[in-house]
Amino acid sequence: MYGLGIVKGLLVTLKNFVRKPATINYPEQRAPQHSRFRGEEFAWYEERCTGCASCAKFCPLGIIHIETSPSEANIPEGDSYKLEAFDIDIARCMFCGFCVEVCPYDALFMGSGFEEAQYSRQDLVLDKIKDQREGKNKSPSTWFRPQLEAQKYIPLSGTEMKWDDAGREEWTYHPTKRPKRDLLSWRNKNFKNKGEN
Amino acid sequence: MLSENLWFHNIYCFLYTGDTAISGCSNATGLLPESLNWMPYYIAGFSMVLVLINIFMAFGALYTYAERRLIGRFQSRVGPNRAGPFGILQPVADGIKLLTKESMIPDQADKPVYNLAPIIMLIPVILVVAVLPVGEGTFMTDLNIALLFAISITALTTIAIFMAGFSTGNRFAMLGAMRAVAQLISYEVPVVLSTVGIILLTGSLSLVDVVEAQAIPFILVQPLAFLIFIIGGSAEMNRTPFDTVEAESELIAGYHIEYGGMKFAMFQLAEYASVLINSAVITTLFLSGWEGPFSFIPSPIWFLLKMFFMAFCFIWIRATLPRLRMDQVMSFAWKFLLPLSLINIFVTAIEVLIFGVNGTFTQGDLWIISGINIIVSIIGIVIFSKILEIDSGFNTQFKVTV
Amino acid sequence: MNSELMTVNFGPQHPSTHGVFRLRITLDGETVVGLEPVFGYLHRGSEKLAEERTFTQVITLTDRMDYTSAMTNNQAYVLSCEKLMEVTPPVRAQYLRVISAELSRIASHLIGTGFLINDLGAFITPLMYCFRERERILELFEMLCGARITLTYMRVGGVFQDTPAEFWPALDSFLTDMEFHLDEYESLLTGNEILLSRTVGVSSITTDQALNASITGPILRATGFDWDLRTVDPYEVYNRVNFEVPTGENGDNYDRYLVRIKEMRQSLSIIKQCVEQIEPGKVRLDLPFLIRPDSGEAYGRVESPKGELGFYLISDGSISPYRCKVRPPSLINLTLLNEMIVGWKVADMIVTLGSLDFNMGEVDR
Repeated sequence: MYGLGIVKGLLVTLKNFVRKPATINYPEQRAPQHSRFRGEEFAWYEERCTGCASCAKFCPLGIIHIETSPSEANIPEGDSYKLEAFDIDIARCMFCGFCVEVCPYDALFMGSGFEEAQYSRQDLVLDKIKDQREGKNKSPSTWFRPQLEAQKYIPLSGTEMKWDDAGREEWTYHPTKRPKRDLLSWRNKNFKNKGEN
Repeated sequence: MLSENLWFHNIYCFLYTGDTAISGCSNATGLLPESLNWMPYYIAGFSMVLVLINIFMAFGALYTYAERRLIGRFQSRVGPNRAGPFGILQPVADGIKLLTKESMIPDQADKPVYNLAPIIMLIPVILVVAVLPVGEGTFMTDLNIALLFAISITALTTIAIFMAGFSTGNRFAMLGAMRAVAQLISYEVPVVLSTVGIILLTGSLSLVDVVEAQAIPFILVQPLAFLIFIIGGSAEMNRTPFDTVEAESELIAGYHIEYGGMKFAMFQLAEYASVLINSAVITTLFLSGWEGPFSFIPSPIWFLLKMFFMAFCFIWIRATLPRLRMDQVMSFAWKFLLPLSLINIFVTAIEVLIFGVNGTFTQGDLWIISGINIIVSIIGIVIFSKILEIDSGFNTQFKVTV
Repeated sequence: MNSELMTVNFGPQHPSTHGVFRLRITLDGETVVGLEPVFGYLHRGSEKLAEERTFTQVITLTDRMDYTSAMTNNQAYVLSCEKLMEVTPPVRAQYLRVISAELSRIASHLIGTGFLINDLGAFITPLMYCFRERERILELFEMLCGARITLTYMRVGGVFQDTPAEFWPALDSFLTDMEFHLDEYESLLTGNEILLSRTVGVSSITTDQALNASITGPILRATGFDWDLRTVDPYEVYNRVNFEVPTGENGDNYDRYLVRIKEMRQSLSIIKQCVEQIEPGKVRLDLPFLIRPDSGEAYGRVESPKGELGFYLISDGSISPYRCKVRPPSLINLTLLNEMIVGWKVADMIVTLGSLDFNMGEVDR
């Protein structure tokens, strides 16, 4: 009343004037990023991947492209298919993390990057097999990977996580071990009477 | 008149060679030969004009930077800090960007008026610098109607805004122009009336005389006039809480919505320079101008310090307050400011009759007057707030039945 | 005095229409005499897309409806899925959902308040203050689920994963600071004469009008009607916490602002109680990623920051919903736009739009 509310408001802004600014200078300083951050640079371990394409199947946008071939693999002995392509089209990815959640063998992890602008759309397609060959540094995010959180692993520290150190998470619907089974007898058992025609 | 001007006098005498009786200089020989003794007058004059105008325009450009930076701090941000050290070159970068833009003219625009408006907007701001006493003996001219000149010249911006708003043919711009005409003319009245008290006290319209008459700053002697002048001033500069003319949340940019490039830059420069000019006028009228408590600091510095303080206050207000609605802006001018300014004139006139025996006032008289005026202003503000019910919406919330 | 009427297009690109909302308004001078809202500029066909996604994948679509409070969207969808499947998530998961939904409510109300004041013309200062606090909520969300806006936090039968260790201390410090900051907003805004003169009595609607237009949320409560799904139809653990439902009196712009501020305080108290009551345990039922509810239909609703948000799901027993219908509070709250705006000034129209706090992502879906 009588302008006192305005004076009170002026004092509030003056108080904030002398306070430290809440913002930071982005490229030089960075906001604290938490280890669960869902970002680009998916970490993918070829050693673990069986090419089951669960990630591609459950991706809401269908942007994961996988090609496998049974050649040179002894399937009945439990070998996995040979992977010929594993691409993720980051341009359309919305980082929901479902591919990571459904991966039965913990072969795929979210990454922590968020500034991957490219000049052409083709550069936005992550060729994970090429990355694997080049031995790119893998620092997976701990999103849906409680075993990494238990290790207190911080992806932004830059330490590389080897595929056999990454551990397994224990969601009920994930097998604890890669099944080593006689695929031919399994097939005969399950598909004896159906699917033949 | 010019001989009182120290800058002019010194430059003139430095150059002039000839009769000391004509020039009024102490020494008879200057830098230029005697055959060229018509030149020092023009050189001295032009150099003063150049220095003052350029300083004010440069400050206007710097003020854009300062405002963005300070508002950033008020808002808990950093503000522009990329161009140059602490971002001080931001106005230069903005200027280069705006200069290199294509000059676009809308199809529907009235082209001559459209092109003329930014120029007319900028000219009054520059003209006011002519009468501002920046320091002791530092002014371009000591006009005997300087106060009237300053107020009437700044009123010219109304025409520029109107031209800009109507010539573009944009409806938002037209709304802004309509608002501008109504608002600026309304606020002219209380602003002029608030200065009458000062004229009564000093007995002169010259700004130099006004400064010299301030034994104590007139902000204490005329608190009501100061309040009205600062409110009316922000209304005339279209700054919050009276920025209905631009109103970026309603009219996007108001009258200069269709302007781009250099023309837009001129509008911006005029707007920001007008804040500085207004602060300078307030400094002269109410904060005792170039006079300061310590004489070892030169008088122009005092003036600039006070001016920057006022400019800071305008930024502070802008960073804090929401905007009034158009009809509230108008009723505030006519129902609140106008009666208060009339009361101020009435009270001051009586005081001048009682104390001003010879037309001059001792410091003691001024203190008594200031005491009376502060009490009067508090009572006046309280009574008129009650009448207008400012805290519950001016009593003017109305819905038109369609 | 008669003057020529003028038709102006407010939006879709206008700083105060909160997204791509277009208003064709007819002006008589400054007064709005006619109004025709046009929306659909942000239509992405979420409901149709949902029919081609599995039940879990639809969660990502709900994130993008009201993107200022994705948690409550997730919650509403997941609740209706659980109704469809007739399962109840573990208690800890319910607490986590309530905590995150209330955080989301604070974040959304901060945006609503900030933009309302911004529309009033306060050169974005209160908005920046609001965003400063909202940033901390987003940081909490990042700890919880790795994202800040499009959260995808909840799953059918719980939440995707338990909280990380650093979440609880951060939440505590946020709760303490937020009280102080709310007081700061109030001293900056609530008593401000200009804000009062701009909002008190403007665009008020009565309870009857609001109920007839099926308006919910803070706009209904501002008219003085106590209707909050958290108390009327308590879901999850809302019946285990004590809180008040703040109501206004006149249903004008000022009351809407005040109701939002008060609701933020109540949300803080709800979160505090939840933090005290929560106990360790499972956070997710043993449900696979690909769920197949039996055929049937279900309607799950929550009190989102904007009002009653409901998801009506029909399942035919397959892996994706046969039909997914959203009841978007933002869209339905715009029903009375004509009554609220016509007859007022242009400046009042902007403030009313700000006080309705609608979100075009939800209006158009």
